[in-house]
Amino acid sequence: MKRKTILEEVLDRGFTRRDFLKMCTALAATMGLDFSQTDQVVAAMEKNQRVPVIWLQFQDCTGCSESFIRSTHPKVESVLLNMISLEYSEVLSAASGHQVEAALEHVLEHYPGEYILAVEGSLPTDDAFLTVGGVSAKETFLRAAKGAKAIIAYGSCSSWGGIPAAYPNPTKAKPITHFVKDKPIILVPGCPPIAEVMTGVIAHIITFGKFPELDHLGRPKAFYRHRIHDKCNRRAYFDAGLFAESFDDEGARQGYCLYKVGCKGPTTYNSCAEMRWNGGVSYPIQSGNPCIGCSEKGFWDNGPFFVRRAKIPASQTTINPETVGAIAVGVTAAGVAAHAAVTAMKKKDEHHDRGE
Amino acid sequence: MTERIVVDPVTRIEGHLRIEVDVDDSGVIQEAFSSGTAVRGIELIVRDRDPRDVWAYVQRICGVCTTTHALASIRSVEDALDIKIPRNAHLIRDIMNAAVFLHDHVVHFYHLHAFDWVDVLSALKADPNETSRIAQSLSSWPKSSPGYFKDIQMKVQKVVDSGQLGIFANGYWGHKAYKLPPEVNLLAVAHYLEALDWQKEIVKIHTIFGGKNPHPHYVVGGMATPIDINSDNAIHAERLMHVSQIIDQAVEFVNNVYIPDLLAIGSFYKDWTYGGGLNNYLCYGDFSTGDIRDVHLYRFPRGVILNGNFNEVLDVDPKDPEQVKEFIDHSWYTYDGKEGGVGKHPWEGETSLRYTGPKPPFKTLNTDEKYSWLKSPRWKEHPMETGPLARMLVGYALKKDEFVGLIDDTLKKLNWPLEAMRSALGRTVARGLESILVAKWMRDDMDALLANIRNGNQITFDRTKWEPSTWPKKAKGVGWMEAPRGALGHWIEIEDGKTKNYQAVVPTTWNASPRDHKGQIGAYEASLKGTPLLDKEKPLEILRIVHSFDPCLACAVHLTDLESKQTTHIRIG
Repeated sequence: MKRKTILEEVLDRGFTRRDFLKMCTALAATMGLDFSQTDQVVAAMEKNQRVPVIWLQFQDCTGCSESFIRSTHPKVESVLLNMISLEYSEVLSAASGHQVEAALEHVLEHYPGEYILAVEGSLPTDDAFLTVGGVSAKETFLRAAKGAKAIIAYGSCSSWGGIPAAYPNPTKAKPITHFVKDKPIILVPGCPPIAEVMTGVIAHIITFGKFPELDHLGRPKAFYRHRIHDKCNRRAYFDAGLFAESFDDEGARQGYCLYKVGCKGPTTYNSCAEMRWNGGVSYPIQSGNPCIGCSEKGFWDNGPFFVRRAKIPASQTTINPETVGAIAVGVTAAGVAAHAAVTAMKKKDEHHDRGE
Repeated sequence: MTERIVVDPVTRIEGHLRIEVDVDDSGVIQEAFSSGTAVRGIELIVRDRDPRDVWAYVQRICGVCTTTHALASIRSVEDALDIKIPRNAHLIRDIMNAAVFLHDHVVHFYHLHAFDWVDVLSALKADPNETSRIAQSLSSWPKSSPGYFKDIQMKVQKVVDSGQLGIFANGYWGHKAYKLPPEVNLLAVAHYLEALDWQKEIVKIHTIFGGKNPHPHYVVGGMATPIDINSDNAIHAERLMHVSQIIDQAVEFVNNVYIPDLLAIGSFYKDWTYGGGLNNYLCYGDFSTGDIRDVHLYRFPRGVILNGNFNEVLDVDPKDPEQVKEFIDHSWYTYDGKEGGVGKHPWEGETSLRYTGPKPPFKTLNTDEKYSWLKSPRWKEHPMETGPLARMLVGYALKKDEFVGLIDDTLKKLNWPLEAMRSALGRTVARGLESILVAKWMRDDMDALLANIRNGNQITFDRTKWEPSTWPKKAKGVGWMEAPRGALGHWIEIEDGKTKNYQAVVPTTWNASPRDHKGQIGAYEASLKGTPLLDKEKPLEILRIVHSFDPCLACAVHLTDLESKQTTHIRIG
């Protein structure tokens, strides 16, 4: 049977071409493209069929799957019915047991080189720690990886090892990159990643037929290029040297910087400050909570979360707060003093870092 | 002569669950075995960490019940350090917990459980006009026109025609155990899609108060989110109205979509009363109208029902070393180097792991020996069911008005005796009924929060015991709560400002536990026994019963110790 293109699917479903164009515009926005590139999205979506996706879960908490179904643009219904054909998912598949295993086999057999493999969770190096259908997780992963057009590591566990790999790493858990070396793997870290980042990466691959541009660690630049600190809504207070000293103090209520209560925004690369969460409603820092750096490698062992101060890299920032930040925004002497205090704390912490 | 049937993976759940059953010639389940097939090891990972951080680690036990483990954890630390949180923080936490309940229960009903009762492909044969008529007779929910249902039907038709069935591939469609007419199937499919859209809205309550969802942020001592109605960077009128509006929408969705669907679908299956199980029910209780310490003010009351005796509700004390204990006789662990025989209270808990199961790949487990990564928690050595059915029945047995009214009314609608609640469908109905209560309480709590703020109380955090220098050298605490799937307890031991020992005993461990030292079976196993299967190749009935508990396996098996096959024992604590 000839498979239908995404445009045909959309039209068949009772939507108009106008609806389709709206969907493409939303997709383009999700992928961090400007409006002039919407045409590319439209062209690609008109031609492509729904791409088969296998979603494997290993040492996970299902938080990444949960985040995925929160996607606002595109809506997850649109993703599932118009963009991808989710052939195997322990959360959403109607079938169980050998019937769902058969669905997996069907994809491996009929779509070699065409399907996307999404992985949630780390892999234990010992087979006994995780079996699905009586087969070790590692074996299933290696088999599915072989014919995948693209592999996406969703979340910090599959990307970096995540919480199972936190000290003392009881199950000797590893990121999936440890097991497959001969293929590029797109890392989409975060605990979990932002919903629209997750759907955005899939949309990019489907629309353009290629991987998004990745940084030196394998993360899509469209979503992981900047530190949260760079675009933080509290950044002006950081530059001015105004800090919350405790939760719910006057500074916290005024929106002062959360650096002193442990915020890891200055060392965390993610889109939280820009895209925000759950349809742009907020993100931890906006809601008064210090960032715990959940998209960074090894962040679980970079605590204590509320006590240790982030080390602020001098480079890769628009303004270096250590030298010119205070002057640039013209702060008072008190602000400058606070800045000096931050610098002193940072130096002190360097001696106390855990040697992991 | 019996035959072993294996379902692995059980999908539409959280985590990795394997069910093996022995079926006789007539297709009736004689024995059932429930096995968790994955481990991670979070309790060991939190050892030596700052107790104020532990909530974030244990929150990652589960991303579905994404708030519950964090909340149980901060409660355990606050219990150990005797921290009393501000009233506003208590209200906000309860509103957040209520949001998880409603999110979880609605997603469970439509996305995890529905396909055990609803035949998607049958919906293609429906007359949309008739579906519209049914929908309008059930509730005042506005999306109910014939054209609307026609569109939904077309969506499904096109997916089928494309040959790419996606999530619907290989379901048990056409199975004789499906009883709904095509029109009701179509209604359910329409609401599957609506619920998928709605679920992303209710979690915004977490985003506003905790910054994100899944995995919103918490803090020991209250909530970090400040309230200041005259600040542009705090909870103010706009944020509060946003939460308020989401709550109203949730109340409406529960009462006008979820409950009418549940009762309509349930009425077609009301004679299928399999899946009852243990008849022992455990609740820690939660949703206090005062402080968490005020057990008598819990809206979900605390208590135990044994052997279906509704005339007596027994007291529960999670701190009593003789009450909650975990056994390992059929679990891949050892205690003090021995294979089992004794139980341990969580404060004395030991998790020494020893896998003795078959080497993968394997066909069946050796269920005479050890066969699961789950331990077997027991209350006074009794296996217990926990969760929505337990909560509703304990409330009913205690003659709480809200509970009695809802249950009696529902029994009348379904023409059921009370005993019929003891079934898979009864469990599913109980989950819906408690959603009505929780939605109402969430509204009440929001009104109470607004009243506090109106009266000038904006405090959300108590910092008097934030610094470890204010803590005793040694302290022990328990954080208990009702999570969507049942009674959840976290036990912590703090020494010198660090986490010395940590144990979590979670709802799915109670429900999905393997056999214990006395050979007593767990709740899943008990509920499967005696159920006839219409088609051994397509054991829909197994899924129906197991799903009625809403399994959450990452929760159930959150612990581990050391490398597999290593027999050295590590004692935690």
